[in-house]
Amino acid sequence: MNGRTDWTAHIVLGIGVALFVLPVWLVFSASTQDAAMIGRGELSFIPGAGLDIYWKVLSEGAPGVAPVWHLLLVSFGMAMSIAIGKITISVLSAYAIAFFRFPFRLLCFWMIFFTLMLPVEVRIIPTYAVMAGFGLINTFTGLTMPLIASATATLLFRQTFLAIPDELVEAARMDGAGPLRFLRDILLPVSAANIAALFVILFVYGWNQYLWPLLVATDSRLDTIVIGIVKMIGADTSVEWNRVMATAVLAMLPPVAVVVLMQHWFVKGLTEGDK
Amino acid sequence: MASLKLTNLRKSFGTTPVLHGIDLELASGEMLVIVGASGCGKSTLLRLVAGLEEPTAGAIELDGKNVANLDPAQRDIAMVFQNYALYPHMSVFDNMAYALKIRGLSKQDIATRVQETADMLGLGPLLARKPRQLSGGQRQRVAMGRAIVRHPKLFLFDEPLSNLDATLRVSMRAEIKRLQRRMAVTSLYVTHDQVEAMTLGDRLLVLHQGRAVQLATPMEVFERPANIYVAGFIGAPAMNFLPGALSHGGTAVTLDIGPVIPFADGKRPEPDGMKLTIGIRPEHVVANPAGLELQVDLLEPLGSETVIIGRLSDGTMLSVKLPKAEAPAERMNVGFPPAQLHVFDAATGLRLDPG
Repeated sequence: MNGRTDWTAHIVLGIGVALFVLPVWLVFSASTQDAAMIGRGELSFIPGAGLDIYWKVLSEGAPGVAPVWHLLLVSFGMAMSIAIGKITISVLSAYAIAFFRFPFRLLCFWMIFFTLMLPVEVRIIPTYAVMAGFGLINTFTGLTMPLIASATATLLFRQTFLAIPDELVEAARMDGAGPLRFLRDILLPVSAANIAALFVILFVYGWNQYLWPLLVATDSRLDTIVIGIVKMIGADTSVEWNRVMATAVLAMLPPVAVVVLMQHWFVKGLTEGDK
Repeated sequence: MASLKLTNLRKSFGTTPVLHGIDLELASGEMLVIVGASGCGKSTLLRLVAGLEEPTAGAIELDGKNVANLDPAQRDIAMVFQNYALYPHMSVFDNMAYALKIRGLSKQDIATRVQETADMLGLGPLLARKPRQLSGGQRQRVAMGRAIVRHPKLFLFDEPLSNLDATLRVSMRAEIKRLQRRMAVTSLYVTHDQVEAMTLGDRLLVLHQGRAVQLATPMEVFERPANIYVAGFIGAPAMNFLPGALSHGGTAVTLDIGPVIPFADGKRPEPDGMKLTIGIRPEHVVANPAGLELQVDLLEPLGSETVIIGRLSDGTMLSVKLPKAEAPAERMNVGFPPAQLHVFDAATGLRLDPG
């Protein structure tokens, strides 16, 4: 601000960075070391043997667990389906609630609002029963579908849409744009930053799912990376910790990549409205 | 290029009536300015014509066809919004091309028409820009261009200049008038600015509390306002009003403050003693050594002229517009030339003409 370096601020920030980075670094460092060494509790901060282990876990995984590339694929598929599915459904429902006058509009709105109080963890048994009834246990659909409905995203989009000036809607009507055209040509592009920001959040949310996949997908072909790590640890007494750590590092990469790639949009979507 | 006819057009929001039956006929190519204070229903009237609101009753005929129940898109009407309402994510070109694209014109036709319109408005070099990269005046032009490029049957302007600064407003006003003449598109122009109303319109519709109080040419509205509201609304500074009564067999007014002024335009048939309100514009009040004494409260120099705001002996406020050199310091004596009086019935507020 006044040109002088503010050392206090730098030190505080430095400590903060260290607190966040150290555990991650420890995981990375452990992944490159010998399994026996970690087993003896001699965990070093300095990376050891090399990166071969990554290739190994990617292609073969660990005893009793599918290769990590497959775990990543399932997780990626699940996170993408959840993020895209949630965005699609909530954009459409928010569009209906924000722009159209139909009977029971408010009732619909409050019903969606109400589901905020019913996350998957609360309704897990009935949801499981429903999925079982549809014969969707151990299927990819069963894995993703119950996680797609989203009140949060609907409410967020509703707010975004309500902030769009009426004149913009009216100008489009006068130009002859019907409801679907308006959605596609005006509303979605104008809300692009919000959609991108939400995508990041939802992708990470989907990626980190644990309880539901654990319950609904017992088939190892549908193991996500999170489940995979847990299985690696719980396999037997001789856990190969370097493999587990390497898998953990790999598990971190896609969400990080999504955040980094979409960072610009993310910040823009949360801070400014491009209207 | 179409004629527009409104018949008994009404609109209520819930139980609140906003428009109490508007009748209006516009010839093809005519520009009608709708003027009134905020809340008079002028924007609602425009939105009814546009199809953005549904009328409670009445007909809207465009070229003899009732469009009151049609979608905005089917009416072939273009509108310029107060805040421009440009699509923020589209370039100037796409903003202008959007309506044409929806109608399924070929890419080439669209390009030609947009280019033509852009050249006419001096937007040629800006076609690739986004709205946020434009100044207020340029956005205004794009909004105009978006309307013009469609070659609509009817133009609607909803206070299009009110977001611009004063200098720009004057030049855009001239430009709108020039464009409207050149394209000869029937237009409705809503404004609360009386200068815009006077300069732009072929005719003027003064709305007051949801009723059409006068529909006439701007000069006629200025010279022969239909009632006290119009008289006070059009003209700046506003017209002065003085109470009085009809006297001398309907040939003169006796002002409550004293003087008797004969009517220059003839005898009123109403009985003597009827309460009147006499209107006189500030620029018509003259200095007259034998006239009423005016205590000067405030001087507002406008450059070539000065507005004097003062009080008569009975406390009535009076404003006078005089050439600069004649402006007094503390007091002056004023006279009211008979030819410049506006006579209104004090009870109804309506203009009283010689019978």
